[in-house]
Amino acid sequence: MADTYTQLVNSGLGRNLAKKLNLPQPAVLRRYKPGQPLVIGPVVVLGDTPGADKLAAELLSWDLDVRRHAVPAEKLGAIILVLDGLQHPSDLEKPVLAAAGSLRDLRSGGRIITLSHPSAEASSPETAAARQGVDGFLRSLAKELRSGATGNGVLLADGTTTTSPSALGAVRFLLSGRSAFVDGQFLTVSTEDGALPAEPERPLAGKVAVVTGAARGIGAQIARTLHRDGATLILVDIPAAGDQLATVANEVRGTALQLDITGADAGQRIIDHAAQRHGRLDIVVHNAGITRDKLLANMDHTRWNAVININIAAQLRINEALLASEHFRTSPRIVSVASTSGIAGNRGQTNYAASKGGVMGMVRATAPLLASRGGTINAVAPGFIETEMTARIPFAVREVARRLNSLQQGGRPSDVAETIAFLASDAAGGINGEVLRVCGQNLVGA
Amino acid sequence: MPIDGQSTPTPGGSVPATVPETRRAVIVGANRIPFARAGGAYAKSSNQDMLTAALDGLIARFGLQEERIGQVAAGAVLKHSRDFNLTREAVLGSALSAETPVYDLQQACATGLETVVGLANKIKLGQIDSGIAGGVDSASDAPVVVSEGLREVILDLHRAKSLPQRLQILGRLRPKDLAPLAPGTAEPRTGLSMGEHQALTTAQWKISREAQDELALNSHHNLAAAYESGFFDDLMTPYRGLTRDANLRADTSLEKLAALKPVFGRNLGADATMTAGNSTPLTDGASTVLLASDDWADARDLPKLASVIDAEAAAVDFVHGKDGLLMAPVFAVPRLLARQNLTLADFDYFEIHEAFAATVLSSLAAWEDDEFGRTRLGLDGAFGIIDRSRLNVNGSSLAAGHPFAATGGRIVGTLAKMLHAKAASTGRPARGLVSVCAAGGQGVVAILESL
Repeated sequence: MADTYTQLVNSGLGRNLAKKLNLPQPAVLRRYKPGQPLVIGPVVVLGDTPGADKLAAELLSWDLDVRRHAVPAEKLGAIILVLDGLQHPSDLEKPVLAAAGSLRDLRSGGRIITLSHPSAEASSPETAAARQGVDGFLRSLAKELRSGATGNGVLLADGTTTTSPSALGAVRFLLSGRSAFVDGQFLTVSTEDGALPAEPERPLAGKVAVVTGAARGIGAQIARTLHRDGATLILVDIPAAGDQLATVANEVRGTALQLDITGADAGQRIIDHAAQRHGRLDIVVHNAGITRDKLLANMDHTRWNAVININIAAQLRINEALLASEHFRTSPRIVSVASTSGIAGNRGQTNYAASKGGVMGMVRATAPLLASRGGTINAVAPGFIETEMTARIPFAVREVARRLNSLQQGGRPSDVAETIAFLASDAAGGINGEVLRVCGQNLVGA
Repeated sequence: MPIDGQSTPTPGGSVPATVPETRRAVIVGANRIPFARAGGAYAKSSNQDMLTAALDGLIARFGLQEERIGQVAAGAVLKHSRDFNLTREAVLGSALSAETPVYDLQQACATGLETVVGLANKIKLGQIDSGIAGGVDSASDAPVVVSEGLREVILDLHRAKSLPQRLQILGRLRPKDLAPLAPGTAEPRTGLSMGEHQALTTAQWKISREAQDELALNSHHNLAAAYESGFFDDLMTPYRGLTRDANLRADTSLEKLAALKPVFGRNLGADATMTAGNSTPLTDGASTVLLASDDWADARDLPKLASVIDAEAAAVDFVHGKDGLLMAPVFAVPRLLARQNLTLADFDYFEIHEAFAATVLSSLAAWEDDEFGRTRLGLDGAFGIIDRSRLNVNGSSLAAGHPFAATGGRIVGTLAKMLHAKAASTGRPARGLVSVCAAGGQGVVAILESL
């Protein structure tokens, strides 16, 4: 369900009123449902490099309606700018202005995707300037898009191309309704690892996944999404939440493991359970987390420690056990839930932001350890998500908070879950050590 | 006189001439909801609600969604007439396959243990590969019965054919007929409540107030320690806001228990020793146990904690005062151990249901008594002594509470986990004894062994 205001401005009378009063007009986002097409309408691939040609050919093989030039007045599903040959900022003009001519033809829920190289790897100041220019360009364009359309970029690190498995995986994710609340973000593909799924509707078929904090909210939704994508689930939450955990487990046909993740043996117990019941463990989603908000001047030992212990110390300890385990050796995946609070900061959340900043630091430092065994670790950083927790924020504060992004609405737990499911899939095998924001391009901390 | 001869000797003892080869029945695991005091957290929960919740927690723990279980057996002692298919209704409301057959069982407080024994036997015989045993009781949502006078009038009204007949029948109603009959736990043949019966036995065996209070204290401390160590994390699923047994008093003390006034046997005057502290309170709750053949458990990569070795039921003639109402296990245990060629020294753990602290202590006293051993058990002397450090080590009914039919499942789940852990730490098989007394002078006892 969209929030009440979003419903209102998407009805006849409300739409006119909002327009006249110049009020925000959040769109009902195009979200993924099994069986729906990847994208609705033609996909224009702009750019004249070999990388653009190859990508266009690949998209054709997905049965997409691919165009190399837009036909005026034809409604478009997506515009992909392949910018992998930039050597000078002036090289941007041609593809960018070609895209400009088609922007008004982009459908509701349409997609803009750039593919370019990271500026840090550029060999000359001119190339670096051009590549970094893409960053500013894309983030600004994303803010100009309306009607639930989003703009995101794929960064191709040295050794990868527009048709590297995870570049294709990222393009597929960003085109789809799975990325509805991902906006104004860049995702780096660092290796040739990964593979597109044999069954696109069940990309996690045969995988065994653990989700912590699975009894409710975003965790429960992650469990549902991974289950829908074919994974077998082990659901972890504290014993006191066992009844809700059992309900989720029975819904997704998984097993409930009542466990305090801060316990010294938590990692081993998770591994033992997975090994005994399934003989393997492929995916661990560190979702469990708490908030104990207080201004730092009023912060006490209990509030600070509880947040640090649960939100980051437990993840570190469990990862240590995972990395030592023989059952976590076949392209293992770890996905952690961070927060935009950990990026931009949030008044009253020094403890929470420290823990979530810690998650991002851990992800970057752990990435090489997982890479050595063909695995990945990444994080998602949710912005304002409509949950039981955010529903308790006072109305006015909540109403402002949820409009402070380019999509002018809060995200749903499913938006976070879809991004996690993507990062846990084989299609993201070449994406490692990344933090992907699921925030609708929140205005703070961008 | 042989051991099984409470009345007449049976030549050749109780061991059948030939015992057919059977396969093992293993205990995979268990789940219960925390037990609530009557009128507490589950005051508005029905037996069906609670049994369904206990089942759903078990299903979630072991991933049994949509599984067709060989048979589910459960029951309740206090049962509404509308709950004639209580267990089937609970299964239909659970995540199990709707094609799972069930049966309801009622054997007073031994209901839960008897469902374990019955299903284990079916598994051993190869009739089923899996089973869920369980029990539930609500002392809060107890059936209230109309008076016999009102019941006759209602039934006659159904049969009446004309208005004048109906009016005539209605005219028979008297105000007293409208008063409902509250449920009672009194024994129909003696009119005495269970507590009053036990008070007689307590006096007979001269069980002191101090000994009873000490047993109650241990029960609370042991159960509290079990919670603290996380022992129940994979044996329990919270329900309606309860995460621990509501009756548990971790901070109770001998002084507090000593301050309580006797509630049973008050006609004994100064000899009255049974208080609310050393007797179990009325309780609501439900428990379940997952049983299976080795093959069934292995095919699903399920754990195997213990196996059900053997069981024995007994009953005593309490009506004529020959034995105390709750003393049947005193006869069942020696018969069972003789059949298995075991002595009390062969057991690592004893789980003796604490209907009252004095019930446990009276049983121990009888087993330690030379004359009782000779004259009533047909032994050469006393049956034996139980090592108290092996008795109810993770607490029992005095602390957890006692929702009648749910107690057997609580004990079997707890003991199976303890035996498995003991064997894992010592590298030797561990053996445990379960003993549950029941209304009507009945008792059921069973032996479990670690896997």
